[in-house]
Amino acid sequence: MKKLTVSFLAVGFFTAGIADETINGAGATFPYPVYAAWAYMYYKETGIKVNYQSIGSGGGIRQIKNRTVDFGASDAPLEPQKLDEYKLYQFPAIIGGVVPVVNIPGVKAGQLKLDGETICHIYLGEIKYWDNEKVKALNPELDLPHKEIRVVHRADASGTTAIFTNYLVQVCPEWKEKVGAGKAVKWPVGIGGKGNEGVANYVKRLKYSIGYVEFAYAKQNRLKYTLLKNQAGKFVAPSIETFKAAGATAEFDPEKHFYLWMVNAPGENAWPIAGASFILEARERKEVNKKVNRFFKWAFEKGDEVAVKLDYVPLPKELKEKVYNYWKKHDIYPE
Amino acid sequence: MRRFLNLPAVDLIFALVSFSAAFTVLILILSTILVLYNESSLAIHRFGLLNFIFTVDWDPVKEVFGAAASLYGTLITTVLALSIAIPVSIGIAIFLTEISPHLLRTPIGIAIEMLAAIPSIIYGMWGLFTLAPIMADYIEPALQKVFGDIPLIGKLFEGTPMGVDLLTASIILSIMITPFIASISRDAFNLTPDLVKESAYALGATKWEVIRDVVIPYSKLGVYGGIVLALGRALGETMAVAFVLGNKHQITISLLDAAATITVTLANEFTEADTDIYLSSLFYLALILFVLSFTVLAVAKFFLLRAEKHYQR
Repeated sequence: MKKLTVSFLAVGFFTAGIADETINGAGATFPYPVYAAWAYMYYKETGIKVNYQSIGSGGGIRQIKNRTVDFGASDAPLEPQKLDEYKLYQFPAIIGGVVPVVNIPGVKAGQLKLDGETICHIYLGEIKYWDNEKVKALNPELDLPHKEIRVVHRADASGTTAIFTNYLVQVCPEWKEKVGAGKAVKWPVGIGGKGNEGVANYVKRLKYSIGYVEFAYAKQNRLKYTLLKNQAGKFVAPSIETFKAAGATAEFDPEKHFYLWMVNAPGENAWPIAGASFILEARERKEVNKKVNRFFKWAFEKGDEVAVKLDYVPLPKELKEKVYNYWKKHDIYPE
Repeated sequence: MRRFLNLPAVDLIFALVSFSAAFTVLILILSTILVLYNESSLAIHRFGLLNFIFTVDWDPVKEVFGAAASLYGTLITTVLALSIAIPVSIGIAIFLTEISPHLLRTPIGIAIEMLAAIPSIIYGMWGLFTLAPIMADYIEPALQKVFGDIPLIGKLFEGTPMGVDLLTASIILSIMITPFIASISRDAFNLTPDLVKESAYALGATKWEVIRDVVIPYSKLGVYGGIVLALGRALGETMAVAFVLGNKHQITISLLDAAATITVTLANEFTEADTDIYLSSLFYLALILFVLSFTVLAVAKFFLLRAEKHYQR
């Protein structure tokens, strides 16, 4: 018994000993796989542990607001006023894409073409059948059936929904007026699936359905994605390249702490429904921030390959430079 | 107090330890209420009690929140699940105690108890991947065919069957609570003295008459207790229904339509709730569920106690 106590104490001291070599973060679930992979590689290289808990963006914001973690992570950017109120810094760390997926027998992946307005009216319940004039006009070469469209959306609140609805708000005034954008909205039609896996499962199962999922889920589950018309008027397919193009042409402004919904980016090849995931840091803790930023600087330099492997999109070079300058300006750049 | 002080030291320490253990429960409950009330005070001020309870809208974008839809979903799924589970579990208990051959009793009894040990997330995933497709493809269309044309009852089965609805959620819930009612009822039935049963048989009663007139009246209280326990479980169950209910804030008559319960709303939206009023409204929902479960269980307990008194006389 005594031995046991001693060993417990020893473990306690031991963990206390390396505790200052640990960086604690919490927040968004969407970038968790890539942050975890980065953390593992970083630990192997430097011996510094990065402990990231994917408790959701809301939780991440609350924890950094209460200063219980070293950094928070959020899929939705916080507005500059909010950042001033909570005394936080914010910068993007990784980019992801949201992809509309359909299940129409006879239609293959990448065949169906849609634009923002059509998707908006499908999700408003105003386009009810697949052979609607607007859908047909975009797809003259496809023989679309007169079947009811079954709309699938997320049941839980999520960053994916926030990106998707922000896109609809940008391209469709009616959506802005009737529904609005957010992590959870009051859906006019459709059924809700819990998580990306829930939506993917329904779309796979229900014929004549449409849903939206993160790119990684669409790819890994071999769901039939659609092409989308971007702001430049070109139809693009979802891929790492088109997401990157969106990231490169989106106008992130360091003055506004990078507050930007990366939807409907202007680039020729840009995928219109993309979003960055953000890191939040407390303004008064310069030393801690430098430690955290050392990790992210390392990730920006060496983590691109693993991110792509996990179907995430690394920040384009220009944006990384902007983040470095932002750090320098606020004196949190790791030497 | 003097009674305690006169005790030997060991007994005194033990009394204190056990007292503080028991007292912790009280403190826990009180502090839970306090925290819930404190966190939800913003929503309470903004929406009031009755307004909140009777508002169907749940719109995080416009920051309009109401509990009506979640409350409705909670009550419907609970009632439906109980009305499926009670007859089935009492049937199981009767079979196990009175009808089944001895050889079968232990394996079936263990199987029932194992059912209670399965984590609820497993039920949820099973519901999403296995039960929901079966419901959507076979059971719900069949129900629509049989009942669809009957006035009033037909309304219960309207809509396109998709398997994500009140009915599927209630069935999963009923499977989850069956072991509670079944195993407690079985134990209660087993307590019926053989002497009484044998007397009834000696008087020429059939098996059915013995079960109906001797076993069930004798063990009624135990069965009620099991039902109350199951009720508490059904009110608070989260993960099993979160996957198959769709989290849609609406009041619907059709059982083949998506809905929300309080726990499902909390599970789906708590992690990502970022505005203060949103979070506060979720806490308000939790407070309402707490009070609701507390009231329902208290009322059930009250009747149980009254029945017990009546029975002892």
